[in-house]
This record gives sequence, structure tokens and C-alpha cells, in this order.
Amino acid sequence: MNYTVKEERVALNRPKLRIIDPPVFRAIIGILVFLGLWYLLTAVLKLPRFKLLPDPIAVIKEWVSFKPLSGRSLFTKEYYLDIEYSVARTLIAFLLATIFGVLLGLFMGWNRIFYDFTFPMVEILRPMPPLSWIPLAVLIFPGVEIAVVYVTFIAAFFATVMNTLLGVFSIDRNYFLAAKCLGSRPRDIFFNVIVPGSLPFIFTGLQIAMGLSWMSLVAGEIIAGQRGLGYAIYEGSSLYQYEQVISYMFTLGILGYISSAGIRAVGRRLMAWEARRRGV
Amino acid sequence: MARNGQNGQGAISIRNVTKIYDPEGVHVVAMQDCSFEIAAGEFAVIVGPSGCGKTTLLNAIAGFDNITAGEIYLDGELISSPQKQIKPNVDRMVVFQNGALFPWKTVMENIIYGPIVQGRMKKSEAIQIAREMLNQVGLNEIESKYPEELSSGVQRRVEILRAMINEPRVVMLDEPFRGLDAVAKTVMHEFLMNIYCTRPRTMFFITHDLDEAIFLGNKVVIMTTRPAQVKKIVCVNMPWPREHHILGSETYLGLKKEVLEAVHEEAKKAFEAGEREMA
Repeated sequence: MNYTVKEERVALNRPKLRIIDPPVFRAIIGILVFLGLWYLLTAVLKLPRFKLLPDPIAVIKEWVSFKPLSGRSLFTKEYYLDIEYSVARTLIAFLLATIFGVLLGLFMGWNRIFYDFTFPMVEILRPMPPLSWIPLAVLIFPGVEIAVVYVTFIAAFFATVMNTLLGVFSIDRNYFLAAKCLGSRPRDIFFNVIVPGSLPFIFTGLQIAMGLSWMSLVAGEIIAGQRGLGYAIYEGSSLYQYEQVISYMFTLGILGYISSAGIRAVGRRLMAWEARRRGV
Repeated sequence: MARNGQNGQGAISIRNVTKIYDPEGVHVVAMQDCSFEIAAGEFAVIVGPSGCGKTTLLNAIAGFDNITAGEIYLDGELISSPQKQIKPNVDRMVVFQNGALFPWKTVMENIIYGPIVQGRMKKSEAIQIAREMLNQVGLNEIESKYPEELSSGVQRRVEILRAMINEPRVVMLDEPFRGLDAVAKTVMHEFLMNIYCTRPRTMFFITHDLDEAIFLGNKVVIMTTRPAQVKKIVCVNMPWPREHHILGSETYLGLKKEVLEAVHEEAKKAFEAGEREMA
């Protein structure tokens, strides 16, 4: 094939064909390295503390089995029922925590008197571990279901409140002064300065809150639940079905990843200025 | 040679103003017995050593902060005294030192924000006026951009337009061109002069740049080191609009010498005071 000099230059400058995006490729490599190490420790080296653990192949086999030993796999109704219970509980708790947490944080940041009234109580309640609420939650609420949702809500609620409050405090004082000069009434300042100005912190808080929701949900389900991913992990552990325990742990991880990605996507949509600044 | 402000409005009278921060504790006297007048439509430039109290005075006029003694009047109306402080409003628009365009609003949304929240204009009307203003200064391409997508020079221009659309009586600019390079500053001076000539308002402009002060102002108020008082007022009688070649004229050089001498003396005092505080 005879190229002219010009054609040759064009051919050299042509972008290389990429079958897969570099970040996706790196992510796949990362996952494969993790699975390789796991396999090495449990199936090849069989180190003393690891030899009882199932290796990744056993877990995957059980996870995709049509007839799983534990009765739960990708091809059983129970698996999806467990996901449905857990997702519903988390979503309800997270939505309630978002509504009440964001509102409380915004008002605390906006009004000094309201802040003085509420901050000490928030600070006393915030460090209490969500699980310590379970006995009270079971007493207060009718049935176990609401108690589990409540425990999940508590974990997400305080993370949301604190991040929203920090978001309001992080807004440059000049924006408030500029808004006043421009003739804003207090409610104009609330909707045009406080709410948009604190959004980056709110969305960081929501991602943290979502992670905490999943953690508390599993703990709540283990202690007080009757269905759901956490309950199934507890049950699997009692029956020494560690393949099921690990497959459910990964299911939780994947659900957590999807929910965080969802929050980031909503954040990008609501904070177009941030997305454009970062060029995403 | 002040241009008439909006219907001859915007006269500021600063009478024996004193500001003490934390009078019961640290007791920092930022201003003491400071008095001077700015006529309606005048372009007053305030210069003085860093930390002398220029921004304190701006904050008092804008209604951001109270004063310990004295009185400030706007068009004969008392706007600030120890007993009374009229809150910030559209009469006294501020362009901030570090910029205060709302990053979450586009250029257009920033400019039309004031007239809309004040209920003075319908959105369509405000957009039309804002477009005219942007066109006049050659910024018609940027209306849908967010502030952080713009250079700092363009951000400052947009902020000035946001102030002007509200037709304030006084526009106060706190070192608005700080940090810009010499070329960008030249563009900004022309822009501000253009705005001042087409929409005359009383200007209260704080700067450290003496060339900028004489080039833009028709009154240069030189402040003493803290506590701030007026050291000297230099009137700049050069016709408007001004072009940069006047920077080489004899009149200009004479004015600069006069201002420089007064500022230098105060800068030395400020430096010595700083040394004492450090010791």
C-alpha cells in the first residue's frame, strides 16, 4: 500500500480504536485482581484463617445456580423478594430522612434562633448508634416493619442534617449581602441563595446517608427483621451457608453502588453549574 | 466635573463617622471622625493603606454594618447613625472585592435577578433590557453561561451590569479589578467609563491603584492609616470620556505626584504601625 506523505501523517494521527473506555477497563482489572486474591487465599494457599471460606467460584456457582443449596439464587423468587423488601425499606427511610433532614438542616442554618433551640438536641441524639434505638422503636411502633425502617431512617437522617447545615454555613457571606442589595426578601434569599448554595454539601450528605441507610438496614433486619437481605445473611450464617452470605453481601454492595450513582445523577441534573465547571 | 446622577440623586454626606470594632474588648478604632461629601453623579475614588478602614466605610454606607458615632446621609436622608441603620437595598448597590455573582445562576439569571425579586419588571422585560445591556458591551454571547465558565474580567463586567440594571442611586465598588493584569484592567476601565457615561450614577470606588484612581475618578479621597480620616481630597479636572493617552499628560503626572506624596506618607506610617504590632 503506497501512502503519500500527507496520507501517512493522517493515518498516524488517527485516534486509536478503543473497544473499551480506559476507566471501565481499569475498574474491570481492579475487580479481577480482587477476585484473584480471594481465590488465591481461599482455594490455592488455603491459609489457616481462610480455608473455611468459600472461594469466588463456589460463590458464583451458588449465586447463578438454578437449584441453589440455600434456596436463594439469581433464579429464585426468594432472592428478588428479599431485594424488594430491603429496597423498599431503604427507599422509604432514605426519602423520609432526605425530606426531614434537608428541611431541618436548612432551617437550622437559616435562622440563628432556631439553630440555638435545635442544635444541642441534634448533637446529643446524633452519636447514638442507630441499633440502640431498636428496643424503643419496637415499643413505639406497631409491628417490626416500621421499627426496621425507623432504625434505617435514624442513620440517614443525622448525616443529612449535618451536611445540609454545613452546606448553609459554607455559603459565602457576600452572596447574602449581594442578595439583600438586589432587593431580596427573606424567602427570596432562602430559595435563591440558601437552597442552591448548600446543594453540593446536601448531595455529598445524601450519598453518605444512603451508605449509612444500607448499613443500618442490614443490622436492623438481622436483629428485628423477618425478610430482606440482612435477614437472609443472618439466616445463611446460622445454617453455615456462607456462599449465600457472600452472594447477598455482594448484592447489597451492588444495590448501594446503584443507589449512590442515582443520587450523583440527580445531583448533576440539579447542579448544572457544578457539572459544567468540572466538565462532566 | 461630576456628571448628573439619576435625576440629580446619589449625593452622599459622611459626617464625623467613627467606627470602633469590639468596643468592650479588643477596641479597634477603624475610623475616627471621618467626614467628606460626594456630590450626586460624582465618581469618587477612595485610596489609602491596606486595612485603613475603606471597606468599613463602604459597609456603613451600604447598610451592612453600623457605626459607633457620626451620621451618613444619602440625598439628605439619614441612612446610618448609631441609633439608625437603613438596611441594604437597591439604592446602594455593591460590587464586591472577590465577586458575588451567584455561581448557580447563569449570566442572564444573575442580571435579571434584582428587577424580578423587586417585582419591578416582568421576566420578559428584564431579559430584553439585560440583552440590550450585554449587547452594548459586546457580551451578548455569554448569557447562558455560568460565572465560573467566564474569565474574572468578564465576571466583574457582568457583576457591574447586574448592579446597573437596578438603577441604583449609588454604585459602590470595592477593589473590583484587583488581581487583573494590566491589559485586562485597561479593558475594564474603558468598560466602566462607558457605563458611567451612558448610565451616570454616583460611584464610590475603592482601589490601591493610583493610576486607576486618577484615570477614573473626578474626586480622589486619600485616607489616613487606621483609624481612617480624610488626609486629602484631590479633584481631577479632566474631561470625560478619558483615553489612556492622558496617562502621559502633564496634568495627569502632576496629579499623580500630588496623590503619591500623600499616599506614601500614610503608607510609611502604616508600615511602621505594622512593625510595632508585629514586635
